[in-house]
Amino acid sequence: MLQQQRGRVGEFLGGTRAILPLIVALVPIGLVFGAVSATKGLSALEAVLMSALVFAGGSQFVAMDIWTHPASWSAVAFAALLVNMRHVLMGASIGTKMASFKGVRKYIAVLFLADEIWAVSEFKAGRDRLTPLWFAGVAAPFYAAWVGSTLAGAMLGAFLGDPAVIGLDFAFPAVFVVLVMGFWKGRETGAVLIASGATAVLVQHFVPGVWYIAAGALVGLVAALWSGRAGTVAA
Amino acid sequence: MTLDLHTLLAILAMAAATVFTRLSGLLLVRHVGMDDGMRSAIEAIPPAVLMAVIAPTAFATGWAETIACLVTALAARRLPMLASVALGVLTVALLRAAGL
Repeated sequence: MLQQQRGRVGEFLGGTRAILPLIVALVPIGLVFGAVSATKGLSALEAVLMSALVFAGGSQFVAMDIWTHPASWSAVAFAALLVNMRHVLMGASIGTKMASFKGVRKYIAVLFLADEIWAVSEFKAGRDRLTPLWFAGVAAPFYAAWVGSTLAGAMLGAFLGDPAVIGLDFAFPAVFVVLVMGFWKGRETGAVLIASGATAVLVQHFVPGVWYIAAGALVGLVAALWSGRAGTVAA
Repeated sequence: MTLDLHTLLAILAMAAATVFTRLSGLLLVRHVGMDDGMRSAIEAIPPAVLMAVIAPTAFATGWAETIACLVTALAARRLPMLASVALGVLTVALLRAAGL
């Protein structure tokens, strides 16, 4: 009994260990989000509510970019839909790896599908079995860190200064670069990366807003399908 | 500690949009048959999404960011994640300080 309990705790902590470096990278981003929201006139309570209920950093920053007074719910909701469209793909991918999530657990789990949580879970599923407890060990501290650092940022506000000076704004892209390297599986991956990257850069240059994320991801997928088919024909 | 009604509405609308995107992927694969093409497409999702998010920073922001991304990517082949990220952040800070 005790041993079983220890095993369960160990599984939860295994998830926490996997997400820990990403939490270190997340906290400065949360602080910045809190501070930016304060400059846009949001109260600390409002900033914390947004982080707790939306829990999707990219769309929250975009919302701050286009924030108006009074707030336009349709504008920020549409922006969130667009920025987070990648979650449809992410959910579709991770959903196929959640065989041990019973009943409603799968649906509860995907509600916490922030980029970082999703990425470490994909990593785990590629090497081992993804379990609900391990996932909880990833999601719970990450969620707490996002909401907590938002609160701290909103209260400290202007004291924080410009994060670009010490390069902290680069922590998030740097994490993604590391993750991309981890998903390398050979030449097909190269085709996907080139297609997705080139499309994203082009679309971002010519189309205002955040269409580039959805566009890049979709063209990357098409490249995968196309190179997969070409491989079948050649074989 | 104030809570403006318009702000609350905006937050709830954003939350609804986000929940919709997170759930619909799961519902989508339940109703789509799994063949080889589908499987290889799903396997390509992680790198395709990650690349689309970072590409403008990596290739179209400035030399400091491009070089720092390259340094981070090379470091990731040998070093653990936190060390690679720290190296990337340090690189971008130094290059920006140097005026790049």
